[in-house]
Amino acid sequence: MKVAVCLKRVPDTTTKIVIGSDGKSIDENGVKFVPNPYDEYALEEAIALKERAGAGETVVYSLGGDSSQETIRTALAMGIDRGVLLQGAGSADGFEVAKTFAAELKGGGFDLVLFGKLAVDDYNMQVGPMTAELLGVPCITTVAHLTLANGAIEAEREIEGGIEVCTCSMPAVLTIDKGLNTPRLPSLKGIMAAKKKPLEVRPVHVGVGTLMVSSLTLPPERLAGRIVGEGPDAVPALVSLLRTEAKVL
Amino acid sequence: MATATATSKFSGVDFYNIDSLLSEDERAVRDTVRSWVDEHLMPVIGECYIEGKFPKQLIPGMAELGLFGANLPEEYGCAGLNNVAYGLIMQELERGDSGIRSFASVQGGLVMYPIFAFGSDAQKTYWLPRLASGQEIGCFGLTEPDYGSNPGGMITTARETKDGWVLNGTKMWITNGSQATVAVIWAKTGELSDSKSIRGFIVPTSTKGYTAKDQKGKLSLRASDTSEIHLEDVHLPKDAILPKSGGLKSPLNCLTQARYGISWGAIGAAMACYDEAASYAKSRVMFGKPIGQTQIQQVRLADMLTEITKAQLLTLQLGRLKDAKTMTPSQVSLAKRNNVNMATECAREARRLLGANGILVEYHSMRHMANLESVYTYEGTHDMHALILGQEITGLSAF
Repeated sequence: MKVAVCLKRVPDTTTKIVIGSDGKSIDENGVKFVPNPYDEYALEEAIALKERAGAGETVVYSLGGDSSQETIRTALAMGIDRGVLLQGAGSADGFEVAKTFAAELKGGGFDLVLFGKLAVDDYNMQVGPMTAELLGVPCITTVAHLTLANGAIEAEREIEGGIEVCTCSMPAVLTIDKGLNTPRLPSLKGIMAAKKKPLEVRPVHVGVGTLMVSSLTLPPERLAGRIVGEGPDAVPALVSLLRTEAKVL
Repeated sequence: MATATATSKFSGVDFYNIDSLLSEDERAVRDTVRSWVDEHLMPVIGECYIEGKFPKQLIPGMAELGLFGANLPEEYGCAGLNNVAYGLIMQELERGDSGIRSFASVQGGLVMYPIFAFGSDAQKTYWLPRLASGQEIGCFGLTEPDYGSNPGGMITTARETKDGWVLNGTKMWITNGSQATVAVIWAKTGELSDSKSIRGFIVPTSTKGYTAKDQKGKLSLRASDTSEIHLEDVHLPKDAILPKSGGLKSPLNCLTQARYGISWGAIGAAMACYDEAASYAKSRVMFGKPIGQTQIQQVRLADMLTEITKAQLLTLQLGRLKDAKTMTPSQVSLAKRNNVNMATECAREARRLLGANGILVEYHSMRHMANLESVYTYEGTHDMHALILGQEITGLSAF
């Protein structure tokens, strides 16, 4: 079982975001970066698949600057065997990113390529399926339950109001939803071992593509609440405000 | 580790970008323990504290992460971390609760460390991997009912017989005492007046004559077991002695290790209280504005942040000195004294800022405040560390 995981370095979800002076990127000053949380499910699944198979290899790929090495080390500390940093600036155009990954993964002999279902920084959900298309292999997105048997994949997807079961053959690309597993924390020994695992740096050139971010804005600040009264006496005022002001009734 | 389902996450206190002084793996160790505390300790600690129970169920997880004796070498099943990373582990554990940090301090600094430093190869090979994996739980028996700050006066004895040793005495205030499977016991092998005859012994707690009972009625460190140990004609084989231990300086050397960890731990407790107070001050509205908009609460918060930042910098340098093997015991005394006092003050001020809510277990500051009174007192009281520093400064002993 040979499994690749494509990993993205994203701002910690608890970070307070400040928009940069260009108005279309975030100010990275003082921002803590973490592995994309959905990618952590993919990492866990890759490690667990290899553990269950008893043999194989797990490789993590990340596209980004040198700071992404720290993100890759986190994956190695969890138990991934080796890492590859595709060193270069990313692109807002998911197709360009997918082309970069596909070029690296082609001929790698992977049975499975795993992505998180989305990256929490841009919510595009594109790179996984596009990479599959470029590799010419099937893709199942938002996998919440996975069974592998005799080279066949059976995956459950949580869709609105139900569960959809999909099957395909290997090799394939899967994008992983939360709920598939519980990602392990890197153990202290794992962190020390990660320092000795191979981390290859390969410069890449990512095209600009055709999709651009033109501006970023923060959501409007929530207005303070208001107490309209107490007990049953407050009900008429509340109902009236729900009708006239909130317009939800 | 961030997960898509993460509940409340602690993001630390770092006003001076001290993170930039840490290596990548030091930060990774800190983050892994921080996440573990968020996910496993925080959901249960309030209940454990109220019920006066140590959360035993967490021991396997702590061992699996490698929290026990993490700065000891890999050949004994340990993580082989440097002392700064070890300190950060203690900081993060105590951010959760001083009792949990105490458990790890005792297992690593007071049980594994003396076996590592004073034990034979056979003792190290047998005990260290078992303690690292949590298969064995250890305790450290030095303090006695009448010999706390003055351990050299101890009256526990070890008498040599033709085939081994016989131990007699009583130890008190022993963390993990009742749940330990092995105890490192310090006893005099010579005259009671001869503190140079103090030696360490490895005592499996199943040995006949060893009994431990929990000390009840604690209003502090309630999520940690504290016990009294009785040793009545405890017969041990010849190889139970730690061969390289000799004199009072051996247990004191262990205490230096544990105090080093406490210096870091106290920062964690202070950070937890500051974080809680700062967040409460911004959201609690009184007289039509957040209480954080009043000068008195701003001064409280500014004082806390200032003291935490100072402690972070001094303790990081202490860790660098320890890694360079130039750290002295009196430097540890300064850090233990300063940081624990700083943390007790932060906890008390945070509790006051929280108003009536601050007395509830849902908030953490009062638990930390009560815990820190023990931390202030154990491993050398605040006052004893002043006297150690006084002796260092003047060359004259006041004790």
